[in-house]
This record gives sequence, C-alpha cells and structure tokens, in this order.
Amino acid sequence: MALRDKAAITGIGETAYQRGATRPATALQLEASLLAIADAGLAPGDIDGIMPIGTTGASAEELATNLGITDLRYTAVTPMGGAGGIASIQTAAAAIQAGLCRHVLIAAGRNTSIAAKVGARIHAMPQFHLVTEFELPLGAIAPAQLYAPMARRHMELFGTTSAQLAEIAVAIRGHAMLNDNAIMKKPMTVADHQASRMIADPFRLLDCSLESDGGAAFIVSAADRARDMRAPRVLVSGIAEGHPDSPSAITQRPDMTRLGIAKAAPRAFAMAGVTPADIQVAEVYDCFTWVVLCQLEDMGFCAKGEGGAFVQGGRIALGGALPVNTHGGLLSQAHMIGMNHVVELVRQLRHQAGRAQVAGVEVGLATGYGDLGDGALMIARRG
Amino acid sequence: MSDIMKPAPHPSPLTQPYWDGAAQGVLRVQQCAACGKLRHYPRYLCDACHSFDVTWKDCSGRGTVHSWMVAHHAFHPGFKEDLPYTLVVVEMEEGVRALGRFTGEAPRIGLPVVIHFTAGSDGFALPAFAPAAGSPEA
Repeated sequence: MALRDKAAITGIGETAYQRGATRPATALQLEASLLAIADAGLAPGDIDGIMPIGTTGASAEELATNLGITDLRYTAVTPMGGAGGIASIQTAAAAIQAGLCRHVLIAAGRNTSIAAKVGARIHAMPQFHLVTEFELPLGAIAPAQLYAPMARRHMELFGTTSAQLAEIAVAIRGHAMLNDNAIMKKPMTVADHQASRMIADPFRLLDCSLESDGGAAFIVSAADRARDMRAPRVLVSGIAEGHPDSPSAITQRPDMTRLGIAKAAPRAFAMAGVTPADIQVAEVYDCFTWVVLCQLEDMGFCAKGEGGAFVQGGRIALGGALPVNTHGGLLSQAHMIGMNHVVELVRQLRHQAGRAQVAGVEVGLATGYGDLGDGALMIARRG
Repeated sequence: MSDIMKPAPHPSPLTQPYWDGAAQGVLRVQQCAACGKLRHYPRYLCDACHSFDVTWKDCSGRGTVHSWMVAHHAFHPGFKEDLPYTLVVVEMEEGVRALGRFTGEAPRIGLPVVIHFTAGSDGFALPAFAPAAGSPEA
C-alpha cells in the first residue's frame, strides 16, 4: 500500500497519430515529451528521471541530450511490451517515493511506416528468443498468430463467439469517431466485423489493432508537488504488474486463458481500496479484441468465461455501465503501445475528454498487456 | 517451392539436443537429472528443484490438441504458398506441450494426434501432427 496516492500523472502529451509519418520515431517521441512537460507546467530541465518505452524510440541518454537535461538521476526500462508504460509508472512512483528523483518522463515514439513491421520487430527482442527458435520457423510469426490459440481455447471452453469479439471492436470504433486524433473513424457494425477477412483464425482483420506512427508521453511526479501544477490532480491510487506462468511461451502456459494481469489486479485494487464496481471508465489494452475480454475477466469485472456476455448489449460503450477505451484504443485510435490509454485516462479524470467524457468520473483504470501475457494495471482517481 | 526461404531455427548448445532429436524423428525434451521433472522449451534450471543437471528424454510422440490457430495471412513471404495453414498446440502425454503444423482436416480440443517431422529451411526437421489412428478424424 506504500504507493497509494503518493504519485500523480502531472503532464500528458501526444502527437498527431497517423500512418505514413515521415519523421523518425525519436523525433515523434521528443515532440510528445515536450508537450507533456509543458502540460505539467514544467521546463525540460525539471525532468530528472527518464523511462523510454518500446523498442522504436530513443534511449534515456539520447532523450536527455536532446532535452538538455544536465542532472538526470534515474533511468530504467521495463521490457514488457505494451505493459511497459504502466509498469514504468509503478517503478517511477517507487523511485519518487524513495526520493531518488522528482519528475519522471515516460515517453514512446514509433514510426512503423519506415521501420520493421511487428512480425519482424518482436523477434529482435531478447525475451522472445524461445518463440523465435521454436515457433517462428513453423509460421507463428506475428502477435495475431501467437495469441490466436489463447482466444480459440477460450471460445472452445466457454462458448465465446466471434460476434461477441465484434461488439468490442464496434464499441471502440464508436469512441474513435468522437476523437479528432483517431486514425480509424469509418463507422463499423458487427456485420462489417464478421465480413472482414480472416487474418489468424479466430482473429479477423477488425479484431486486430493498427500499425501506426506517433509519439505519446506523460510525467509522473510526487503527489504533493502535483498540487502546484495547473491541471486537476490525477493520483496513482493503485498500481501493479503481473506475469503469467510460462511468461516466455504461451504454448507452454498451464492456463492459456489467464493473463498476467490476473495476478496484478488484486494487488492494484487492494492498494487503491476500491473494487471493480467502483471503476467508472476503463482504458483496456486492446491489441486484439479478445485481449480486452480476457483482461476484463482477469480483473474481476466478470467471472472467467463470462466475458463474451459481459461485452454485449452496449455495456462497454459510452453510456453503458463500463465505458472502455473512450479514445478509440489501439484498435481504432492508434497503436501507441498503450501510452494513449494512460493519456486518455488522465483526460477523463481531468474532465477534459471532450465528446467522449464520462460524466462525473472520479475513478478509472488503465491496463497494459504485452510480451506474450505480461500485464500491468493502474487505478487512478481525481484528487 | 517458394524462392523465399522460411526462417530457420538457430540452435544453441542448450537447445541442440532437441534439434538432433527432431532430425531423428523424435520429440526430445529436457528431463531434470535430479528430480526427474520434464520441461520444454529448453532452459538451464529445473523450476522445481533448481538443478542444472539435465538429461534428455524421447517422448512417445502421442498427445492431444490443446488449441490451434489457422493462418490466413502470411506475416513472412516464405509462408505465402502455404496459406491457409493450421498450427496446433499439443499436450504431449508426457505433460509438456509442443507446437506443430497440423496435417489433418479440422482440429478440436482433445483430438488425439501423433507427431511426425517435415523438412524446414536449412535442413531442419520441424514437428507436425496428424490425427492418431483410431480417432474419427484419422
């Protein structure tokens, strides 16, 4: 409980999201960083901790050099793929609480239009080496193919249907249509989803997130310092990371329908002193539709196997009981490694989410998922 | 045969015995020499007793389907001509799991399967699974 309400997200920044960006990942990462620093009411020289996210941007040293930071006191990386952004908030909060540093910049940049596609990118990452040796040669290359057996088993065991997965894609697309900085804004129906081509059965094209370009960043500061800053405070109330059994290979996982977040969620909820029933908005990592459904189960919003029914009937759309991915998520806004989920949660809790604002929201959460099942969860509140 | 090579495995001293077994047509997995626990994929330590000592065991090749995936999109040009192809996750009767190309019609959870090996890039033998004799799908 030592980290409850001790840190705050004091600044957020994101570039325009697009496909076909001409500027490299590092430039996009720096643009987002400057926006986040200014949003916090800070100057670059105030930043004394840096945690770069992902494999496509710059190192902490390179970011510090560009930003002219002369007294960098803390750097770390959390190599957990899409769970890295929120896992980084956990270590930033701990470092701040320990007095190691005051303001930590967490920043990502990616340009997938001029760099390698995800199927090639992940196999350059050391944590994928077993998959690269034993599964890549068989044709299990991209995340869609590596994750499909988890979804298939869930469907076979619990009767989850592709039409239920479609409900997730449709709800999130509806939210993207409210967001000026979303890439995919064409209306989508369940029928559109069902007619989209199969990529890695059971995943259709519209079950899959985007490859997109841009930068996103945020600043983590001590909660008492955040009082002086200009935006409403967004406190980190509960935060945890969790790793699934057999973290290096889904194939060998005893229960492939349970993700690392299942271990993190009880700790994060206990730290925050809330339950899933208290959550008013959820920004849930959505590299694939099924990953949203599984995380909702693993966090306790419904029982294991009931996620298909849970996401039906508009429950996760704006106006429903649990609006999910009010920005459009990785599925329809942009794949920004889940950094955009944190940015959106902060906007919601500041009551600055525009047309997608959940009225009167006080408590919400954001999740990260990556690297074959690692998970991270942040519960934040307006304070 | 496509002109574009599929990716080949890059064995290490740790994993070479597995690939030697594959070349001989058997699924060869690590067995802890101290406590006897089987493990796959290869690694240094037994997660049960933390011994480095290891021997290798040849599995029967029999197992049941745990889950599967059907690829309809090639994320590497070397697989384009194979589309669609099915990979099955198989629970081997010894308790470890293996991934391989499925050479039957339609998989289902619990389908009994038997391993065989097919030729991959650079002369490597890769696991594949067919429905076991006696199953309705065989």
